[in-house]
Amino acid sequence: MSGRDSQKPASTPRRRFLREALTAAGGGCLLALGAGLHARQASALPAQAIRPPGALVEEDFLAACVRCGLCVRDCPYGTLRLADMLDPVATGSPFFTARQVPCEMCEDIPCVKACPTGALDRSLTDITKARMGLAVLSDQESCLNFLGLRCDVCYRVCPVIDKAITLETRHNPRSDRHAMLLPTVHSDACTGCGKCEKSCVLPEPAIKVLPRKVAQGALPAHYRKGWEEKARNGESLIGDQLRLPVRGFDGTTAGRAATETVVAPATPAAPIVATPQAASVPHASALNSRWKP
Amino acid sequence: MSARSPRGQVSSRSLLARSRWLLARRLCQLGLLALFLIGPLLGVWIIKGNLSASLLFDQIPLTDPLLLLQTLAAGHWPYVTAWTGALIVLVFYALVGGRVFCSWVCPVNLVTDTAAWLRRRLGIKTGRTPDGNTRYWLLAGLMAATVLTGVLVWEWVNPVTLLHRALVFGLGGASLLIIGIFLYDTLIASRGWCGHLCPVGAFYAVLGRIALVRVSAHRRDACDDCMECFVICPEPQVIRPALKGVGQPHPLILSGNCTNCGRCIDVCDRDVFKMTHRFDQRSAQ
Repeated sequence: MSGRDSQKPASTPRRRFLREALTAAGGGCLLALGAGLHARQASALPAQAIRPPGALVEEDFLAACVRCGLCVRDCPYGTLRLADMLDPVATGSPFFTARQVPCEMCEDIPCVKACPTGALDRSLTDITKARMGLAVLSDQESCLNFLGLRCDVCYRVCPVIDKAITLETRHNPRSDRHAMLLPTVHSDACTGCGKCEKSCVLPEPAIKVLPRKVAQGALPAHYRKGWEEKARNGESLIGDQLRLPVRGFDGTTAGRAATETVVAPATPAAPIVATPQAASVPHASALNSRWKP
Repeated sequence: MSARSPRGQVSSRSLLARSRWLLARRLCQLGLLALFLIGPLLGVWIIKGNLSASLLFDQIPLTDPLLLLQTLAAGHWPYVTAWTGALIVLVFYALVGGRVFCSWVCPVNLVTDTAAWLRRRLGIKTGRTPDGNTRYWLLAGLMAATVLTGVLVWEWVNPVTLLHRALVFGLGGASLLIIGIFLYDTLIASRGWCGHLCPVGAFYAVLGRIALVRVSAHRRDACDDCMECFVICPEPQVIRPALKGVGQPHPLILSGNCTNCGRCIDVCDRDVFKMTHRFDQRSAQ
């Protein structure tokens, strides 16, 4: 090998160049890969971090946001902040923590106007159309209204009161004479501003704003709600309810509609008591109560 | 008053005379930081945002062209605001020199200059310096990673924007990375980060190839080979063609990697270098 090298002196610098280029390329690829992996790992947004109004869905947002902080600067309430390198949110991207400072839902939406790239979408012009997250009454065991008290604070502070949060009246089974007014969030109106979470009187809020992806389930795309289709169509999509024969009854019930209410007789026939007589007559035991409507 | 040069020789000129460009540069770096900071600290909003994107006088958008490129690679088409800002920045650096960003604006330069100074002062010669082309591979690598992942992966770790954001928005997490770069430059590689690895610098170096403002070794006949400029220059390989006329007849430093920092002009006792434009190909005498 060394003999050939001495015959071709040009190969040494070429080899060195190749070696250096390969080292550099390898190093570069490794670093890029590391950065990529890191980014992938951290791209799941933690539940407490809520993006500003108009933010694109998380993966698009992370492609569009240049982390300049202009939205942070233009927020008049100091709601938004940029993620530090050690935060679980993508480095430098804007978010807010509702329990600390919620979004005040400015009508002119200055944060969205400030964004130079469109990571905050300017097609959002009505702040009540913002969907930053979704309030979830996650702890019914601690919520004062669920305990039968009249707290109502989350309902009162809601900027979309009576649409995003309503109070639903329920019977209070504990006292058996009072009503419970249960704060109920409606996903079609909740903006995720976080004022309910901020103002929950408990030391740890019973209502929390979560990213919609975390908070919401989803029906399969092919599901149709019969009652909605019926309302839209004027009639049921599958025709009238099928009438099925009622099984399990004697002949006297044949031909009765399945929907007909069947009530038990006022006096129960033959109480099941283990008497010597009952034991001697097996067909009159619990196997056949001889109950007939 | 005499001053000691980087190589320990005694110069006939005062330290101040030998530091004019350096002082101007530090003034520019710190002044820019101050401009970004008086907004949040004093409520005087001359410039808002950070080096990734900003708004000057509440009207003029400025965008880092490399960031715009990254958002495009990630598959997002930005608003006209970002495009306008990137165009302004692009034209500016095409005029004054691409890597002027590195030496006059970037906050990491303060860190790596300190590391280089310390390395010279302590006479540290240890370590291994990576190939100077690594930065271009890194630039290509981060672009490829951005396309593949669809998110701005580089901005997760970019020390340039991290440090500036940390200073302007008061975040502490970037300090670990910056300490890492400082130690790397001091102990392992001379000018390791800015001169060999930084892909942001690599991007601006590409832009710098067409830049108008240039350093010229216009009095290269007066050079006495004292090597001061080579020692102080953050990219010493750019000097030789101009000073020694290797592969080019004119005395202009045309490499995109020259940062126009002016330190060679500062340290030269023979007044060999000057700042000029790329069409000024004259040599003195």
